Amino acid sequence: MIQPFIIEIIFVLIKIVAVLGVVLLIVAYMTYMERKVIGHMQVRYGPMRVGPHGLLQPIADGLKLFVKEDIIPAEADKGVFLLAPIICLVPALIIYAVIPFDNFFFITDINIGVLYVLSISSLGIYGIVLAGWASNSKYSLLGGFRSAAQMVSYEIFLGFAIIGPLMLAGSLNLIEIVKAQENVWFIFYQPLAFVIALIAGTAETNRVPFDLPEAETELVAGFHTEYSGMKFAYFFLAEYANMLIVSAMLTVLFLGGWRIPIISDLALPLVLKTLLHISAFIFKMLVFMFILMWMRATFPRFRYDQLMWVGWKVMFPLTLINIGVTGLVYYFIA
Amino acid sequence: MPVVETEKLILNMGPQHPATHGVLRVILDLRGETILNAEPMIGYLHRGIEKIAESRTYTQFLPYTDRLDYVAAPAWNLAYCEAIEKLMGIEVPERAKYIRTIIAEIARISSHLIAIGTHALDIGAMTVFIYCFRERELTLDLFEHATGSRMLTNFCRIGGVMADLSDQFLKIAREFVEIFPTRMKDYEDLLTQNRIWLKRTKNIAVISAEEGLNLSLNGPNIRGSGVKWDVRKAEPYAAYDKMEFDIPIGQNGDIYDRYLVRLEEMRQSNRIVKQALNQLPDGEIKAKVPRVIRPPKGEVYFRVEAPKGEAGFYIESDGSDKPYRLKIRTPSFANLESIPTMVDGHLVADVVAAIGSIDIVLGEIDR
Repeated sequence: MIQPFIIEIIFVLIKIVAVLGVVLLIVAYMTYMERKVIGHMQVRYGPMRVGPHGLLQPIADGLKLFVKEDIIPAEADKGVFLLAPIICLVPALIIYAVIPFDNFFFITDINIGVLYVLSISSLGIYGIVLAGWASNSKYSLLGGFRSAAQMVSYEIFLGFAIIGPLMLAGSLNLIEIVKAQENVWFIFYQPLAFVIALIAGTAETNRVPFDLPEAETELVAGFHTEYSGMKFAYFFLAEYANMLIVSAMLTVLFLGGWRIPIISDLALPLVLKTLLHISAFIFKMLVFMFILMWMRATFPRFRYDQLMWVGWKVMFPLTLINIGVTGLVYYFIA
Repeated sequence: MPVVETEKLILNMGPQHPATHGVLRVILDLRGETILNAEPMIGYLHRGIEKIAESRTYTQFLPYTDRLDYVAAPAWNLAYCEAIEKLMGIEVPERAKYIRTIIAEIARISSHLIAIGTHALDIGAMTVFIYCFRERELTLDLFEHATGSRMLTNFCRIGGVMADLSDQFLKIAREFVEIFPTRMKDYEDLLTQNRIWLKRTKNIAVISAEEGLNLSLNGPNIRGSGVKWDVRKAEPYAAYDKMEFDIPIGQNGDIYDRYLVRLEEMRQSNRIVKQALNQLPDGEIKAKVPRVIRPPKGEVYFRVEAPKGEAGFYIESDGSDKPYRLKIRTPSFANLESIPTMVDGHLVADVVAAIGSIDIVLGEIDR
């Protein structure tokens, strides 16, 4: 006689393994997608050698990083140096616990989902700052400083930008937010908030044009200059996992989450509907991923002070105005 | 409350650094990210080319001139050959002069493409770099057809050029001058009006015309500061006196102006190549010169407008078949002197942008 709670635990574990497996696979293939997308934008092919059209390239890269010599600089603070990549990667993965891929497929449903995502994702910054500090290299140090200032300030704008949709939804629960978009996606009510959230999300994940912490041509590789092998791979995975989280959050908050117009309201078999919803969710995430890659292929990089200027003097007032206007309109209409 | 005194941070940028265009090392004194002092250190690519010249005959030294500025080798071949021709009083056939002009201008386009591409890459615009290399590939194909070599062309000979231009070359060169201006639109679309690009380049690393002249800034960089000086117009050589072209100048002397000057220079070079191809006269490609070059005793200084600025050879001859002393005046060396003035008080990111904007090649700085 198996007790019901054990069955439940097993069921949850299966979901965790499924989500983590899929996420890690997608993360690995995001690197492939990025190289292919940017390659084609730059009139070249991208990876072509490993497997058909280079499809096995991410696996080859992973294996290469796995067997690579693990170098710890002599002057580095060893404990922190080892800890930093883990601090970076773990928060990036545990956020997936609350991402609702469908109204039946998620690991857990907590009523403060948005807060959970924001707070856990800010933990990842410590990894970067500590990595910059522990490497004991000047380039890493500058990279760490930059990311501390950048990510802390852009988190504020991200937080303020998503207050608009939260007011409309009246809930912090990610599933409730999606359900509130049954008729109209929030992107149509909150276009300004959407644009600011997209920009802040780009800055949060250190992507071009805000990739200052790892600005290749200035700081060599920024905070991960001294890292190699698997530890570097952790940072790499964390960056792509974070990009996916930003995409997922934008999908949930602005693009109606898993919902597909018209089809979601049809009476279809449950399994088919769930599969359709999950694919729709992943497709919407990929759209954002494509936008992030597109930006990387197009824009030059901001300078450090200009980045702060854009953030505090342009985006911050705009988010406040957006909150005010949303509040007023909501007050008079509802 | 006591004022917190911070120590200055000394950052060694280079010699192995992705943005120093070779083996340049810049020692930066920083307070936070603000630059207190920048000191370029050179010499990591020193090969002693000037000394080598004293033990080589005049003809043997020709390939070494390729290795000065390896992204625009024909310009240096040309400077060296014209210097010796001036010393010996050799009259070069008209067709050879035109061929030299065509090749030198294609080299200018090729070099400016690298300059703009790597400069954009330094500021983070990756795609422009690849687009520039797409067109550079075409210029290298042209070199290959004309000289048999893609980078180190070694094309000029004392008294003329190595070989006549083939029909195939003329065909693809005519295609190139038609295609190239349309391709340039791609870089302009990505950069010229780009808000981030403007923010990164306007009023950054400004150098006034007076400061620039005092530091012997030259080439497109001083033209970016508004000084209308171009050796091709001032002291025409090869067939430049028969060509119609404008000298673009900037107003502010900032990075953006230097970028615009280079863009416009590529258009003008394209125009020159087009004219030269249309007017190409028939005739010999090489004057009759003795087998062993023995210039008369004396000295000569000859300069040309290389893509990076004024390239000059000072040759002292003692009447033998080897130069007694050969001094090379390289534009990048003079341009690098302006870096400390340009970046004073700027941020680390601007150093990279400034170095990219003056377009240095370490091969000719260290020679």
